[in-house]
Amino acid sequence: MNKKLKSFNSPTFLAYALIAPAAIYILLIVAWPVLETIRLSFTNSSLAGEDYVGFENYEKMLSSKKFNKIVTRTFVWMFFSVSLKLFIGLIGAILLNANLRGRSMFRVLIMPPWVVPIAIGMLGWLWLYNGYFGIIAGVGMHTGILDGPFGFLAYKQSAFISTIVADVWVGTPMVTVFFLAAMQGVPKDLYEAAYCDGASRWDRFFKITLPQITPVIITMSILSAIWTFNSFEIIWILTEGGPRGATTTLIIDTYKQALGNYKFGRGAARAVVVMILLTLFAGFYLALLARINKKISHG
Amino acid sequence: MDKYKLYEKIILYFSITIFLIFILLPFVEMFYASLRPLDHLFRSPYQFYSDDLSFWAYREMWNTVPMLGRYIFNSFFLATSVAILTLLFVIPAAYSYARFNFPFKNSSLYILLAINMFSGAVLLIPLYKVLRTFGLLNSYQAMIVPGVAFLIPTSIWLLKSYFEKIPVDLEEAAFVDGASRVQILRHIIAPLSTPGLVVVGIYAFIGAYAQQFLFAITFNQKKEYMPIPSGLYEFIGYQSVKWNEMMAASLVGIAPVLILFIFLQKYIVEGLTAGAVKN
Repeated sequence: MNKKLKSFNSPTFLAYALIAPAAIYILLIVAWPVLETIRLSFTNSSLAGEDYVGFENYEKMLSSKKFNKIVTRTFVWMFFSVSLKLFIGLIGAILLNANLRGRSMFRVLIMPPWVVPIAIGMLGWLWLYNGYFGIIAGVGMHTGILDGPFGFLAYKQSAFISTIVADVWVGTPMVTVFFLAAMQGVPKDLYEAAYCDGASRWDRFFKITLPQITPVIITMSILSAIWTFNSFEIIWILTEGGPRGATTTLIIDTYKQALGNYKFGRGAARAVVVMILLTLFAGFYLALLARINKKISHG
Repeated sequence: MDKYKLYEKIILYFSITIFLIFILLPFVEMFYASLRPLDHLFRSPYQFYSDDLSFWAYREMWNTVPMLGRYIFNSFFLATSVAILTLLFVIPAAYSYARFNFPFKNSSLYILLAINMFSGAVLLIPLYKVLRTFGLLNSYQAMIVPGVAFLIPTSIWLLKSYFEKIPVDLEEAAFVDGASRVQILRHIIAPLSTPGLVVVGIYAFIGAYAQQFLFAITFNQKKEYMPIPSGLYEFIGYQSVKWNEMMAASLVGIAPVLILFIFLQKYIVEGLTAGAVKN
């Protein structure tokens, strides 16, 4: 390679200059707010002003029974939502991967929940869950399962389940599409060889497909956990965290403290907890990604 | 490969139908509700059949929601502005990541991935302060500025993989022949990366369209700047919600994005899944 080419391929200054606008933008709109949140969490900031209060917000938060309940609830909510998304997504991908007439149309038909603004999709779910006029309560009443109107979002347990179902509805299409893409990336000759050896469809799925797509399943479960953890609009629109706090997850609680009660300091302390948990998830995800990449490039 | 037996086909089609019912029920029910007269909707228990379906709600909604046209325009305007701004920030950065080697290249790329995982909901308080400091609250910018920030990371990753597909030899040959960087950008990179730019632009547009709720309800109180979701939710809290018209307005609002997506879904899905699947 001649000198001119070398200078063409490693102009560090130019490289940084090209990245600078995006980097500065992110520093200003994401990184600085993160630092500001950490600072605020040590103050009693509200509309009236702010004073430094040390760890008071954290002490109050961690010693409150309500907060501990919220953390547990968040993880239970997340666990059910993520497992359902992965499970339904995997089954969906298997179905859409089958060599059937109309499959390219099915693939398009599963995507609307992913593309449409969440707030609009939730308008549909609000109507479906309506205790008097909604179709779900209606089917329940017509079949005799329910003996009268039942507001799915009005009772603690049913609201908890209903928000999970709506969250699964929003998250499943994307999981399905990624699993499907992974299945189609499995080399065809693996299947042909197995078929010639007389392996049944069942065997081929468990011995070829599943091991081949495991990296994608792992990545998707972590990504899905992160998105589910961040899920705000779905719960906020359906229940605003109610009834009586039954669907208040960490994100909802953070929002309520900060912008419902204008207790910025307390809200910030919760936001810091959220960020620490997210950083843990993200670190886990990146470490795993690095390992998978290494494995692929070595083997 | 072996063919499906008849009973296998039946099981597969049956399962796909159940899956699709779960996915599409809210939309089908929204559409059905939009066609029914209001007094049919407000009957309990639910009635499956209405004999006088009409598109009446699609006419009446413009009176009930007087600024609906404005909300639809706002949604488009916001999503388009966010998409264009995102592209402006992302194109040089993605090109740099795709072509050059420099210190902290990989670590900064991973930091971008990590940023992707923070949602706007956590950072609302300081974002509110930033926007207030710059005097941007209650304006289009109040929704555009944070919207762009959360779309930049994924867009850089997406576009980077498109730029990497353009053979570097082409650029090197042109450079050796004396072409300037600007000429290379105009005559080689730009034409070859058009499909990638379109995909990333659409990704940003759809992303911006979908995220028009949280920032809109938190940073903007002015009706004339509201996008469809926050505009419509102004009408949901009332005692008597005109559900048929709300559904009609929602469907009209999302139709353009859905149509756009259906035509381009193949490219968008390929672009998004390529990174996660092949890597």
